[in-house]
Amino acid sequence: MQLVYLVAVMAVVTYLIRMIPFTFFSRKIKSVFFRSFLHYIPYAVLSAMTVPAIFYSTGNMAAAAVGTAVAVILAYFNAPLIVVALAAAVSSYAAGLFF
Amino acid sequence: MNKMTEFRKGMYHGIPIGLGYLSVSFGFGIMAVKAGLTTLAAAVISASNLTSAGQAAGVGIIAAGGTLLEMALVQLTINLRYSLMGLSLSQKLDRKSFTLLHRMLVSFGITDEIFAVSAGRKEKLTPWYMYGLITVAFAGWVTGTVLGASAGQLLPQDISAALSVMLYGMFIAIIVPPSRKDKSVLSVVLASAAISLLLRYVFTFVSGGFAVIISAVVASAAAALLFPVKEGEE
Repeated sequence: MQLVYLVAVMAVVTYLIRMIPFTFFSRKIKSVFFRSFLHYIPYAVLSAMTVPAIFYSTGNMAAAAVGTAVAVILAYFNAPLIVVALAAAVSSYAAGLFF
Repeated sequence: MNKMTEFRKGMYHGIPIGLGYLSVSFGFGIMAVKAGLTTLAAAVISASNLTSAGQAAGVGIIAAGGTLLEMALVQLTINLRYSLMGLSLSQKLDRKSFTLLHRMLVSFGITDEIFAVSAGRKEKLTPWYMYGLITVAFAGWVTGTVLGASAGQLLPQDISAALSVMLYGMFIAIIVPPSRKDKSVLSVVLASAAISLLLRYVFTFVSGGFAVIISAVVASAAAALLFPVKEGEE
């Protein structure tokens, strides 16, 4: 039962965050601090979600570290999203055969 | 303007997004099953959220037996960026065709990639173009989740483990290129990761969901003070 509530809260909060500003605002945000804060938030969130969780994602830290390194290098050279994601999986699988 | 033409154009522009989502949500499906969810639960979450980072964090909270408050706060923080994207897109809408109901429906489909494609469009955005874009992305996202969740139960353990790294691979693909171009983004990324490590290994009483919130808010607020973004730079 708790699962149903958690899933419902997740969906409702996510929808309201998207719906309210898109539907009801049309002015521009004036505060430089708030605009800058919102500009940086996506990068900060993704970074905190990835580190250190990515190293625990496969159950083999050394293999996951290889996958991480491959992903960072490919992303640094602007490889497409899907290539980076797949290469991370393939390389951590391959590394898992050795470590 | 022709509704069907707009819808088809949206679908066409949505194909790369849909294909990308298909593979990434495959990783999410595997991750969800590994956390103890059923395929149905994973599919419901994908269909009702349509977001990668929020869902990954949400599944983590479900697996850890987190509270409703933690869930709400984590989703609020992680998905706050959609508010900004919504604000930005609201300036680009074709006001005549975008009624209140259309706005409420289209807002469901604001994701990083859909924002990127629609914000880059020269023409005013119509509801039908947006529906086309969202339909293809949504189909890819939910299909991939179901396939991943089913495969997660069928594939050998070591293969499904390796695939669960995909979602994080996508996050890396999103944060690294702008960090390379912009020192202030790089400092936000490094600061947020450092705080996250500190919370994980030193202040271990902070749960995973809150650790993400604290790291992201502290790093972003500090950067907003140190490196304010000037008008038109975003």
